[in-house]
Amino acid sequence: MPDATGLELLAKELGDAALETVYYRSRATVLVDPAQIRAVLAKLRGQGYAFLASVHGVDHYPEEPRLGVVYELLDMSRVDRVAVKLRVPTDAPRVESVTADWPTANHQEREIFDMFGVVFEGHPDLRRILMPEDYEGHPQRRDFPIGGEPVIFTRDEAKWLEARE
Amino acid sequence: MIPAPTDTETPPPALSEYRRREQSIDIAPVGEQLVGSDQNKTTEELLTLNFGPHHPATHGVLRLLVTLQGEVVRDLKPIVGYVHTGIEKTAEDKAYWKVIPIVERMDYLSYYFNAMAYIGAVEALLEVEVPTRAQYLRVIHLELNRIASHLIWLGTSALDLGATSIFLYCLRERELILDLFEMSSGARMHTRYFQVGGVIEDIPAGFARKLREFLKVMPERAGEYGAILNANEIVLQRLRGTCPLDAQTLLGLGVTGPLLRAAGNPWDLRKAAPYSSYEDFEFKIPVGTVGDNYDRFAVRLAEIYESVKIVEQALDGLPEGPHITTDRKVALPPRHELATSMEALIHHFKLVTEGFRVPPGEMYYPIESPRGELGCYVRSDGSSKPARVHMRDPSFVNLQALAPMCRGNYIADMIATTAMLDPILGGIDR
Amino acid sequence: MKRDPMRVQSLNAAQMLRGSAISGPNQSAHLEGTELERYVQERVLTTTLDKTVAWARSNSFFPLGFGLACCAMEQFHAAGPRMDIARFGFEAFRASPRQADLIIIAGRVSIKMAPIIRRLYDQMLEPKWAISMGACCSSMGVFNNYALVPADKFLPVDVHVPGCPPRPEALMHGILKLRKLVQDDPDMGWRERYGAVGTEEAPLPTSPVVPTSPREHEERDA
Repeated sequence: MPDATGLELLAKELGDAALETVYYRSRATVLVDPAQIRAVLAKLRGQGYAFLASVHGVDHYPEEPRLGVVYELLDMSRVDRVAVKLRVPTDAPRVESVTADWPTANHQEREIFDMFGVVFEGHPDLRRILMPEDYEGHPQRRDFPIGGEPVIFTRDEAKWLEARE
Repeated sequence: MIPAPTDTETPPPALSEYRRREQSIDIAPVGEQLVGSDQNKTTEELLTLNFGPHHPATHGVLRLLVTLQGEVVRDLKPIVGYVHTGIEKTAEDKAYWKVIPIVERMDYLSYYFNAMAYIGAVEALLEVEVPTRAQYLRVIHLELNRIASHLIWLGTSALDLGATSIFLYCLRERELILDLFEMSSGARMHTRYFQVGGVIEDIPAGFARKLREFLKVMPERAGEYGAILNANEIVLQRLRGTCPLDAQTLLGLGVTGPLLRAAGNPWDLRKAAPYSSYEDFEFKIPVGTVGDNYDRFAVRLAEIYESVKIVEQALDGLPEGPHITTDRKVALPPRHELATSMEALIHHFKLVTEGFRVPPGEMYYPIESPRGELGCYVRSDGSSKPARVHMRDPSFVNLQALAPMCRGNYIADMIATTAMLDPILGGIDR
Repeated sequence: MKRDPMRVQSLNAAQMLRGSAISGPNQSAHLEGTELERYVQERVLTTTLDKTVAWARSNSFFPLGFGLACCAMEQFHAAGPRMDIARFGFEAFRASPRQADLIIIAGRVSIKMAPIIRRLYDQMLEPKWAISMGACCSSMGVFNNYALVPADKFLPVDVHVPGCPPRPEALMHGILKLRKLVQDDPDMGWRERYGAVGTEEAPLPTSPVVPTSPREHEERDA
């Protein structure tokens, strides 16, 4: 990780795209403007962070903007990690896809689309990857119910049997 | 359902999306060699074959849509999700301690690694100090699990290539490893042995002796497997020179682990960013040269020897000390204290009913699993349940490399490459 | 219903077919046609031949090579050298469902996979059995959430083997229990309970052949 001052310098390099920096427990995060994500990642690649380790989504329910996408970047020569974060609201969940520059983001962006509903513009093949193709809803959102079967205990058996009739 | 016969007036149905996409696939490199002169060249079509989720060669429920021209693979589309279990969603519903068995079942061959990644993230958020003895015990179990995972990989891959006896030999060794796990934690798989702050219990008497017996036997057996397979002409012909991919493309695709090391890049998180006292041990990183299937096979086989070395060093240097952190706010107090100390009783009660609370923050903790970089992202919001747990699974990202590897190669090479890729569908689908 | 010894049964059957009254406790001399045939079948023919066939079937299960998740690893170990499934004769794991008669659903069944498992089960030929291995397919297991389906919901299961994952010994216990089930009492009525008779893939609607059970065939022809 770059330390706190390194993070501030990095954020200054990114200019107005960087909205906020967080340095917590030796982890450096930069919150960026969603519209400029490709440019930000390209600039960080120029700084040496050439490996995109992970792209994953977060749901910040109930704080708005709700849906977050986190890009974990790794600099292999200096063994340095930095995280780039962006947040989009649920009513306009559009982010530009970075798959053209970083081919590893292909399946990972599909998973975020499947689980959270974030639409990645410019993605070559944006379909559901984990759920069935015709599934409705985005399961990983915090307000999606967890589902499951009710557990029927023997002591409740009579109640269930009569509820079935 | 047989569709009703249509009359000849109606126009032919529009091309499906997939057919339209495949029209752009370039078949020119092989086109000139097609049998038949220019006069009677018939129109040809690419064949889309479905390697369904149920197939003996797909290592789990992986579905591949393969577009073939004769026996040459022109395009490959993996379809996953057939064992999606909603692990990450379930983890949001449980206390931090209870998430450990949930997350263990993700990549079901490297269960200790799943637990380690998650626990590492939580420990980093809590800033909990893990005692050295616990770290060494963790390393022993992690490396034993790495050997066990490579043994199943070897067994199932050899089964795909036709060498059925290797499968039974590998299971024989794996039984020894699972016996050791059963000795230390009581269960063979998904043991819940790692806990936040250390390990749940110290190793019993007799574990060290049995482990040493195993360590004496394992390198000989691995040598036997190498001898059998390396002298087999069929295995060599199927693996040597098939489906190579260079390190630059692999890095672009996010591939790590033995696949990247086979292509020549010696990136290993145990050496680059050591965690859990890996810096105390001396071991080498096997690296390949060409990046074909044979290199991937040889790298994993060599890693078994290195893991044996690490376990030996860890066992020899195992320090005395507690097996879990002494911070009672995070780890359960030992049972004998519950009878005498009121604070211990209260801590036990709070930890078991509600669990510890983690201050709000985010953490990403990467480790080196048998398949590559396994990272766990945990976001906490101050309560006793995590707000988001995401496992960056190596197989999920490595699967994207299957298509570039197999394009332009024979379908039999595709089978061998899928075996050498070592995909674990539990990790891919989570 | 206690069965008379073999000699008594055959004497009774011969007397019945000749139409004369039977002495003894089985006073059912006035059966005709198919009822008489069924009576004879149940009492005389449900003997050594059926028992032999049941014994042969139970000792030669051909399991379908089918594993989903972690339980598949323990299934491998059940076929491995220590807990050798070949001792019992079940080592012939077939890849094609058409050649298998036992499906061991090893692992968690997601909603995307459930219709596929049902298709596999339909493609298997009668008589066929299903073992639900592990907690995830028997009940919901560790993961009680939106993504999983217990196996009971879409196919009739004979034996549930609990565990997460069940040890190879536990799986063998379940398989041997199934073997005993097939040997002693092949038809406990569960097929009628689940409506599972004739569960092969349905033929096309234009085909004239409609699948029936052997008994219905006889009733139609009689």
